[in-house]
Amino acid sequence: MGTVPAEGLLAASWLLIALPLAGAAVLLLGGRRTDRWGHLLGTATVVAAFVLAVACTVQLAGTDGRSADVELFTFISAGDLDVTAGLLYDPLSAVFALLITGVGSLIHVYSIGYMAHDPARRRFFAYLNLFVAAMLLLVLGNSYVALYVGWEGVGLASYLLIAFWYTRPAAATAAKKAFIMNRVGDVGLAIAIFIMFAQLGTTSYAGVHGTVGTLAGGTITAIGLLLLLGACGKSGQFPLQAWLPDAMEGPTPVSALIHAATMVTAGVYLIARSAPIYDLTPTARAVVLAVGALTLLVGAIAGCAYDDIKKVLAYSTVSQIGYMFLAVGLGPAGYVAGLAHLLAHGFFKAGLFLGAGSVMHAMDDSVDMRRFGGLWRKLPVTFATFGLGYLALIGFPFLSGYFTKDAIIEAALDRDDVWGWVLGGVAVLGAGLTAFYMTRLMLMTFFGRARWEDGLHPHESPTVMTAPMVVLAVGSVFSGALLVSVVPLSGWLEPVFGEPEEAAHVVAPALVGLVVTVVMLLGVLAAWLFVGRREVPVTAPVRVSPVTRAARNALYADAVNESLFMRPGQWLTRALVWFDNRGVDGAVNGLAAGLGGSSSRLGRAQTGFVRTYALGMLGGAVMVAGALLAVTAG
Amino acid sequence: MSDFPWLLLMIALPAVGAAVVAALPRGRSLLAKQVALGVSLAVLLLAVLATLAFDPDGDRFQLTTSVSWIPDFGADFALGVDGIALVMLLLIGVLVPLVVGASWHEADTGPRPPRVFFAWLLLLEAMMVGVFAAVDVLLFYVFFEAMLVPMYFLIGSFGGPRRQYAAVKFFLYSLVGGLIMLAAVIGLYVVSTSQLGEGTFAFDALRQLDIDPDVQKLLFLGFFVAFAIKAPLVPFHTWLPDSGAEAPIGGAVLLVGVLDKVGTFGFLRYCLPLFPDASRFFAPFVLVLAVAGILYAALLAMGQSDMKRLVSYTSISHFGFIALGIFAFTTEAGTGAVLYMVNHGIATGLLFLVVGMLIARGGSREIGDYGGVARHAPKLAGAFLVAGLASLALPGTNSFVSEFLVLIGSFPERPVFTVVATAGIILAALYILLMYQRTMHGPPRGVLLADAGPEAPQEAQQAHGATATLTAPTRTLRVTDLSRRELAVVAPLVALIIGLGVYPQPLLDLIEPAVSATLSDVGTDTGGTDR
Amino acid sequence: MTISYYLVLAAILFTIGAVGVLVRRNAIVVFMCVELMLNSVNLTLVTFARATGTVDGQIMAFFVMVVAAAEVVVGLAIIMSIYRTRRSASVDDANLLKY
Repeated sequence: MGTVPAEGLLAASWLLIALPLAGAAVLLLGGRRTDRWGHLLGTATVVAAFVLAVACTVQLAGTDGRSADVELFTFISAGDLDVTAGLLYDPLSAVFALLITGVGSLIHVYSIGYMAHDPARRRFFAYLNLFVAAMLLLVLGNSYVALYVGWEGVGLASYLLIAFWYTRPAAATAAKKAFIMNRVGDVGLAIAIFIMFAQLGTTSYAGVHGTVGTLAGGTITAIGLLLLLGACGKSGQFPLQAWLPDAMEGPTPVSALIHAATMVTAGVYLIARSAPIYDLTPTARAVVLAVGALTLLVGAIAGCAYDDIKKVLAYSTVSQIGYMFLAVGLGPAGYVAGLAHLLAHGFFKAGLFLGAGSVMHAMDDSVDMRRFGGLWRKLPVTFATFGLGYLALIGFPFLSGYFTKDAIIEAALDRDDVWGWVLGGVAVLGAGLTAFYMTRLMLMTFFGRARWEDGLHPHESPTVMTAPMVVLAVGSVFSGALLVSVVPLSGWLEPVFGEPEEAAHVVAPALVGLVVTVVMLLGVLAAWLFVGRREVPVTAPVRVSPVTRAARNALYADAVNESLFMRPGQWLTRALVWFDNRGVDGAVNGLAAGLGGSSSRLGRAQTGFVRTYALGMLGGAVMVAGALLAVTAG
Repeated sequence: MSDFPWLLLMIALPAVGAAVVAALPRGRSLLAKQVALGVSLAVLLLAVLATLAFDPDGDRFQLTTSVSWIPDFGADFALGVDGIALVMLLLIGVLVPLVVGASWHEADTGPRPPRVFFAWLLLLEAMMVGVFAAVDVLLFYVFFEAMLVPMYFLIGSFGGPRRQYAAVKFFLYSLVGGLIMLAAVIGLYVVSTSQLGEGTFAFDALRQLDIDPDVQKLLFLGFFVAFAIKAPLVPFHTWLPDSGAEAPIGGAVLLVGVLDKVGTFGFLRYCLPLFPDASRFFAPFVLVLAVAGILYAALLAMGQSDMKRLVSYTSISHFGFIALGIFAFTTEAGTGAVLYMVNHGIATGLLFLVVGMLIARGGSREIGDYGGVARHAPKLAGAFLVAGLASLALPGTNSFVSEFLVLIGSFPERPVFTVVATAGIILAALYILLMYQRTMHGPPRGVLLADAGPEAPQEAQQAHGATATLTAPTRTLRVTDLSRRELAVVAPLVALIIGLGVYPQPLLDLIEPAVSATLSDVGTDTGGTDR
Repeated sequence: MTISYYLVLAAILFTIGAVGVLVRRNAIVVFMCVELMLNSVNLTLVTFARATGTVDGQIMAFFVMVVAAAEVVVGLAIIMSIYRTRRSASVDDANLLKY
């Protein structure tokens, strides 16, 4: 791979992390003094990081082997374990760094407007900066340990931001749920790192990927599956998907940045980064495929039933990340397609969330689509940008989603076996469902009769909010074509994933495009038939089919978690508390009480009658004398 | 400089300070506090200077001082530290001044004058320094038992409502362990008499003994039970929640922060090097206790409604990690375990202090009496969160480094135990975040409504709804944010948590040689991995 | 010379004293019985001293007499004070010394 020590600007790439981190520190420690300019500082650090990331990437493009290593300091060194805090700036991390700082900058700008009336705006920007720093550490770190540090760091930032409005019990609970479910995944990641150290003696990417081939197949599969568990937790994939929709309790810019564009794609990054490991274990790769395909459908089905605009988008995110997992599970053929979809998704989903935030801003923070309707007239800019994001997401021809999603479906079909057809079919079906639920969302929000609460006067958001939306909409339109055709991502990522294979094209690309487009149009049509034609009731109908009811409950994921883990856990806790107080401590206290009781019982032998004592003495003396006689005689 | 009696001074200074504070006239409470603070800061300075005088790559025991004590028994007043003991002395040096600061007003209202509190505190510091610095087994035993006395009075005189019960329980538990250990100490002396011709208590001489394996097992158990009670390992743990809950907050910090570390320190210093065969024999049993304790105590912590009991149970869970690291017999895990001892003192110390500050405001230890505190006391909530995150070993905090080292170091030798222990980190997240959410998040509850009129529940209902407007409170609340004194107590610990989380290497450099030396005494593979 | 007669006499005296302590209630009588036992021991000590030709036993007997004299003073004082406060010299009435 030819990693070289970094020079020039690349040697300063640690500033990428340090800048937002410093911003967070100043805002958190500075207290109220920084209230007036805190948001500007927060935004400035991220914009500066973006500029630096662009400069670094430009320099990287001209470097031999396109991979630079930045050694910082010894983090942990004990025994054989030697973890260096260091960064790896290569095409893969560069792509992510650009996405994080780029979309991050836009969302920071947007938040200036969105949070303008919140008294705790400074704290919000501090947490956002903290998130950007942790996320950059996640993607730039040069070892699995550094990734783990960033991995839990973004978990913390996500926790803080979901619970930003912590006086709402729902927000506090959602934040805790997100953190705990992530931790379940983190345990998998941690154990994978333990295995790497135990078997290979190192945790750095270079070391692990260089020597992983010497391991037994079962061990590699175990590592692959454990990494996947971590990825599932962070990316909201089946079976750990339930936290992501709840995370929408956070402010909308958070949903856009963390729970759509960047953090939740960390799982995809992990699997792409660990490509040398997955290349050696078809079993783990097959599980990745299964998880991706299943989640894709689960997310899409649940997305069809919700009336909460942010929850629909959240399930859409779950589903789209399912696509990405599917892609990276396909192996070399799919890595680039998955990452291209990830980038395009970063644009249009962030744009959609910001649009949703703009709608909520206009509708007094309501998220109930049944109380929207007819908003296109009142919110023209939001409507236009949201509409472009919508078209990009459903894969309207020649917008970004069209290119990237087709690439994934083609890669699946190129497996040229039964499973290829199954996966391709699932992906196409998912495209239809996506078109359905997104069209439903569009129709309920922007079209039809206005069903607003009384006294609402929707108004367009200020420029500071609409400008980022416009930029993201432009990105949604062009990024797909740009990444697939104009500046191929496959070429840029070649140092990481190797020479792109010549696609087999089992099915002609044009035919795939046509089929997907037709299915997509069917989805749109279905949505119009179900939603657009009729008046939308203000309250959700109660008498619905079992399928709808299941979808409304997100296929009972929460119910399963509750009955399998939460209830038994609570029961076990109560039982153990009882056992500890009565059993263990009871035994100790019982012993103490027994000693005390027997001592007072023995004390009763002290009658106070002198003659009783004298008799005791006599008896004792006789016994001693008898014993002496017995010993001397016998 | 190395001949300077650092350690003797570190014991003598607080002991003399305690006498001075106790002898002050009744009305001079403020002077007593100032003297206590000054003495404890001086000990911190001594500890730092001693660390600078210490050479990590030099002899195993340094800064030694030896005075003939009871020549007939071959017992000397011998002091000396290796890297393990040194970092514990640093921890003591850091924690005691903060405890003095945190307890500034706590003893004012008690039945006994504050100077008594601070005198016991300083005496406790002297005893704690002695127990870590002793390199003579009899001297260690004397300090080990003497340590109980000041702590007994701290709990029994200045504690909560059930302080008598807790103090007696603490004392009896420790005494039982101590007496069993005394038998083992005497047994060790007898063995040394038969092997060396002349009995001795000197650690370095005892380490050279070649003890019969069966005798080793008995002596090991004698020491082990004492340390397992002190540490505490499940099932010898039930005294800690009572003591931790009833002790005054400063006492609780030193109890779980330092005093209990004597147990795990004893495993490393006495059980392993003196009885290597027995240690290897018993290791699987100890690991079962350790790992079971991690999960058991974590589940119990979740079921507690009393914050101080909850924190005590989290400590029991953490001690399981430390024991796992020690008995995994790898350099990485052992180093991690020692670092864990320091980090746990800092993290749980802060958690106890912050919980204590919250209790001082609300007057209740029940979680259910709090809610939505973060809105009124953001600094308090921030410190609480940092302490909690350190307790659940989030990367970036000090505890992560130690927990990671323990787990990654144990995995090559004991994969099954390690995997089960790793599940404990999920539970850690649960118990910390549950407590944080219930006390800090949500609408105001409990004591925050106590001053309000009958309309208070309605307001809580409104906050329950969707609007998130943070309107200014319309009534006076008892929960105020941290004062300057409290900030000065909290800030150094927060700085240490983050500083040691990012750059732990200086401490690791001190600890690692001592741990390798210990493990080479045990004769196990010190390489960690079996490549 | 045979010492058996002396020892048998001492044993009889001791037994009378012991039985007296156990069965009599009057504190004065109990006290006298204790004295009887002490003196039977003295007799034994002197007998053995004579038999072995050493003076150790005789010295010990003197010790016993001195202690007995002191004990008589203290013991009678206690009995007197008990009699004054409780109007009784029965040992069964003075059973305060218990748990």
